[in-house]
Amino acid sequence: MDPIGQHLETLSRRLFFKNAAFGIGSAALSCLLNREGYGTEEGLALTQGLHHAPKARRIIYIHLVGAPSQLELFDPKPELQKRSGELCPDEFFKGQKLAFIREQPNLFGTPKDEEFAFNQCGNSGVSISNLLPHLQTVSDELCFIKSMHTEQFNHAPAQLFSLTGFARFGRPSIGSWINYGLGSENEDLPGFVVLNTGTILGAGNSAWGSGFLPSKYQGTEFRSKGDPVLFLSNPKGMTPEQRKRSVDLVNDMNEIALADVGDPEISTRISQYEMAYRMQTSVPELMDIESEDQATHEMYGTKPGEASFANNCLLARRLVERGVRFVQLFDQGWDHHSGLVSSLPKKCKQVDQPIAALIKDLKQRGLLEDTLVVWSAEFGRTPMAQTNSGSGKATNIGRDHHKEAYTVWMAGGGVKGGHTHGATDELGYHIVENPMDVHDFNATILHLMGIDHKRLTFKYQGRQFRLTDVHGFVIKDIIG
Amino acid sequence: MLLRLSVVLALLWMATLESFGGSTDSIGARDVPDFSRDIRPILSENCFQCHGPDKETRKAGLRLDTRDGIFEERGGYHPVFPGDLDASELYSRITSSDEDERMPPKASNRSLSEAQIDLIRRWIENGAPWNQHWAYIPPVRPDVPTEIPKDFRATNPIDHFVAQKLMEVGLSQSERASKETLLRRVSLDLIGLPPSPDEIKAFLADDSPDAYEKVVDRLLSSERFGERWARPWLDLARYADSNGFQADQLRPSWAYRDYVINALNHNVPFDRFTIDQIAGDLLPNPTVNQLVATGFHRTVTCNVEAGVDPEENRVNQIVDRVNTTATVWLGTTLECAQCHDHKYDPISTKEYYQFFDFFNNTPLEVSLPDDNNDVSHDFVGPYLDLPISEQREKKLSSLEEELDGMKKQSDFLKEEKESGLADWEATALAKLEEETASVDIPENVVDVLRKDSSERNNKQKEILRDHYLSTNPEISQLNAAMEEVEGEIGQLKPIQTLVMEEMDEPRSTHVMARGNYLDQGEEVASQTPAFLHPFDEDLPRNRLGLAKWLVDKRNPLIARVTVNRWWAEIFGKGIVRTLEDFGMQSEPPTHQDLLDWLAVEFMDSGWDMKHMLRLMVLSETYKQTSDLNETLLEKDPKNLYYARAPRFRLDAETIRDQALFVSGLLSTEMYGAPVMPYQPPGVWNQTGRNEPVWEEQADSNRWRRGVYVVYRRAAPYPSFVNFDAPDRSACTVQRSRTNTSTQALTLLNDPAYVEMALALADRILCEAPSEDLKSRIEYAMELVVGRPAKERELETLSEALEEQIALFAENPNEAAEFLESSSEYYKPVHRDKNELAAWLFVANVLLNLDETITKG
Repeated sequence: MDPIGQHLETLSRRLFFKNAAFGIGSAALSCLLNREGYGTEEGLALTQGLHHAPKARRIIYIHLVGAPSQLELFDPKPELQKRSGELCPDEFFKGQKLAFIREQPNLFGTPKDEEFAFNQCGNSGVSISNLLPHLQTVSDELCFIKSMHTEQFNHAPAQLFSLTGFARFGRPSIGSWINYGLGSENEDLPGFVVLNTGTILGAGNSAWGSGFLPSKYQGTEFRSKGDPVLFLSNPKGMTPEQRKRSVDLVNDMNEIALADVGDPEISTRISQYEMAYRMQTSVPELMDIESEDQATHEMYGTKPGEASFANNCLLARRLVERGVRFVQLFDQGWDHHSGLVSSLPKKCKQVDQPIAALIKDLKQRGLLEDTLVVWSAEFGRTPMAQTNSGSGKATNIGRDHHKEAYTVWMAGGGVKGGHTHGATDELGYHIVENPMDVHDFNATILHLMGIDHKRLTFKYQGRQFRLTDVHGFVIKDIIG
Repeated sequence: MLLRLSVVLALLWMATLESFGGSTDSIGARDVPDFSRDIRPILSENCFQCHGPDKETRKAGLRLDTRDGIFEERGGYHPVFPGDLDASELYSRITSSDEDERMPPKASNRSLSEAQIDLIRRWIENGAPWNQHWAYIPPVRPDVPTEIPKDFRATNPIDHFVAQKLMEVGLSQSERASKETLLRRVSLDLIGLPPSPDEIKAFLADDSPDAYEKVVDRLLSSERFGERWARPWLDLARYADSNGFQADQLRPSWAYRDYVINALNHNVPFDRFTIDQIAGDLLPNPTVNQLVATGFHRTVTCNVEAGVDPEENRVNQIVDRVNTTATVWLGTTLECAQCHDHKYDPISTKEYYQFFDFFNNTPLEVSLPDDNNDVSHDFVGPYLDLPISEQREKKLSSLEEELDGMKKQSDFLKEEKESGLADWEATALAKLEEETASVDIPENVVDVLRKDSSERNNKQKEILRDHYLSTNPEISQLNAAMEEVEGEIGQLKPIQTLVMEEMDEPRSTHVMARGNYLDQGEEVASQTPAFLHPFDEDLPRNRLGLAKWLVDKRNPLIARVTVNRWWAEIFGKGIVRTLEDFGMQSEPPTHQDLLDWLAVEFMDSGWDMKHMLRLMVLSETYKQTSDLNETLLEKDPKNLYYARAPRFRLDAETIRDQALFVSGLLSTEMYGAPVMPYQPPGVWNQTGRNEPVWEEQADSNRWRRGVYVVYRRAAPYPSFVNFDAPDRSACTVQRSRTNTSTQALTLLNDPAYVEMALALADRILCEAPSEDLKSRIEYAMELVVGRPAKERELETLSEALEEQIALFAENPNEAAEFLESSSEYYKPVHRDKNELAAWLFVANVLLNLDETITKG
């Protein structure tokens, strides 16, 4: 906490005890005072903290970068298969803005092979493709939203829009909002951790940036190569004992300064150095998945020391177990403009088993009920075929970007398992039932976390900003 | 619950001098509330949403943002009837016990505190005097308060205004800081570097009355000044070296960064500085400098994703230019009016697009490429070739001629030799079959060779052919020579930089419904917002006219906004704390008279930046000690009233610059292409195809100032990020100033800082006036924190050093390893390895001290 906050807290405690008649709960008060807002004390205002009892206490948010095809994975369209190869209806093309398709395309149905077939799974009978056999086994935990839509159809703006509620740079990401609102439960770890598989998404660090929120709320990337947290390891030739001595020496010197200068910022610095030293042990311990038992490795398909999505799923569990509030997983490689039939199954193989394992593992540890797992992307893919690249070169068949309708799902954290919300038309182009936009989606996630999306605000440039801007409705239908 | 909370908060705020939401000044219970300072902020925050400038969302036709709206007769009642609470509907609604009646309504999530209601009550009872929002009234030079406490030290009017306020709130001025502290403070503030031991010595020895003034003038004329003050301006200008999206390629615009440094060093008057950057290209016969200056608005991000509509990209860029211009020069958030009339400030959507029109004559900046690259657009915005000398031009054209000749020769040779390819292939394959033969063929060529010739694609065929031809000594020699010439040409070619350019055919501008560029409504022409000073009819209706309008002395905002930002750089926070917003929702100034005095002084001085900074650092307010005590912590924890000097953490670049400086490594080379010092592997090579490569520099470029470090938006320099540097994707007015464990890790472990620690240790051992421990420690402290060591520090550090020397003496191998791995590039001079290792340990600690990274 910043020194002023600390001072205010001391003061407020005094006041609080003096004025116990007001009956304010101490949790709410400490919550209220635990916030730092620079440039404004509104950060301390009523808008902070938990607004209602949360269904979920932590989130594992998986973003499939590039946008997987909902039509192959979750939203089967027999009619589209039937009419595959026909020229698409005029209204799908004329007057529409498409990212790559330049000539009126044909409809493209999911291949009819067994590999691409759908299964009605579990007690609920929700449809999941055979491309995701492991996910099929946890179908009763999943709550599908088949009626997501967005405003952007280019990757970077759509990623920013979906993750920050705004299609240009400069706004805080959902993880940083939640970190700002709720903080971490573990003092030795950041409240918002990012795990990337493959290259970083087009929106860059802004996808987990803190925008105008103080930068301590931004996501911290835990890397799979080199130091998991940058600059975590000691210089070569410096032992942990030596490091301990030097941190103690820094703090001894800072204590001398504190005594003379009296700036509470110095005592914060002292505790940050202590925490840094503890992180040098706690983070490697956290990242060391070797300690997991064989059964766990088999379940996730993890190999210690490898940079893989599976490893990141297991790390996600280890992180939430330790009280990290928001874990964001990005997996690159879902932008199937071409080669969809051959590439999509490969991508599915990489994520299917670990995601299903994550859900099962959370469940068996009793964590799923208050951990929200999210599968999302920046948009969906067209029911029309894309057969050439942006410059007109012929390519193997794929699908273009589609903002009108796509599928996401959530699991655990208070959502209805085995439930489907919303529907698309028989060709999968338009939503025909219960549309849900990005702001609704984000409002609902905040709601599950015990936050009123209209009240988690930060004053900047004269305005109370919020994740959902001036939009967003909590979609109660998906909440259990 | 909400109400109770607000009562607690109200108490909290009264317990400190700090106030909340509404006024910042503590206002005594007997004073008449001031509308602009005390009342409008309450209305703005709680009522303007539905009763403000936005006609679309206005409820009951009532608006409280105008004088008429507040006082008008509305069919039998008035929102406010001066002097009569009962006749004031507004008052009865905010105090109504009927939930349906009470304002603001519950659904708005807003509520008034008792204290706020009380302010409104007293305002109405006292006749409800109304005034315009203070920031929209042009500043007039206020009288300098003459009545200040007898013993108050004052050098200029700043101190008088501060003294007056301190008296009001019952605080007094702190002692003067020591000479050492002051010297370090002012050096860091003005040039971003600490003083050298010689400079400290000279200042301490100088007893003349103007000793400090001389230091200030020396610093203001140092070339380091521009490098230090470029940083905040480049944050505003969202200057970076990359385009911001996807692979985030680099693009050359660093000449603009150099322009800023140079202009600041030459103290270019701020009105000139403004005009050149917004409209240098539209001036008659612009100089190269003025064209380069327009890079200010070419620093916007640019999306080259192939699916992007070039027009949408262009519109987004204009939106950014409009918003940035308004934030930087007007402290006004126009952005809100892009989709709807502004909720708080008097700006309509139409006015937004009228402002937009000034910027709307730019060409497209991306286009689909002709080649088969289907991943991204080409970046095609206007460039400027920086001029080169005649001699260089001559050399260039002769080299180009030479290269042409070589190319012809090479083509001829290749054609001649190509027929041998099949034979070579057969031989090479045969050799590959023999396991014992050592084959000198690169792996990728072997891969192609092993493929059946019918399965090879064009690229693979090319690989094979190129490799075969390169085995010919004549060709390979020629290739090498050509490469050399090409390299030379590359060196000689003019440097390019991004600049603004106006299209010959102006575009028409339309109001865009809900900000959607495809939904074009009413056509509008260039105009500035009506709430500000008028746009002179003889000004051109283009960016040049706009720039001149901005620097018009009738503009109530520009001078206040600008001096307020500088004040915040020096004093840690603005007189208006919301540096980025001077609108209805802004924090009222803590010292409005001071702000206005500074603003007028700034304009009257001929927009002289150095003059303003000089005034600030010469003030006694600045020269106080920054030490805190119980009273100050209790009464003014945020130092709103300047009863002490500011004390806060240095910014990211300064922390690194200072460490380089004290370790003796800093290269003072100025200007030029961005540099790449050490950064951990992997930070760059993971953002996508066609991405640039980080090439760590092994020469003194790795030790240049932070302002020259390459700024790549998708992955800015990580140690800067850890110290709150923004990614420069959008205009940043104020960086946050956090205190985190990753900062500790950076200074402790970042190999760049370990290298600096090694150099520092070596420097201490080589330069300290004598070899005893005490003398070395004293020298070290002087280098790093610019003052003599305290007794307790001497004890603590001696003890640690003795322990370390003993430890390393026992394990000399450890010392050697520690030293060797701490830098590949810095070669220490000091011979005693154990001693050096012990000092490396301590130097690493010294670079981590709170005091080291703090301006105090």
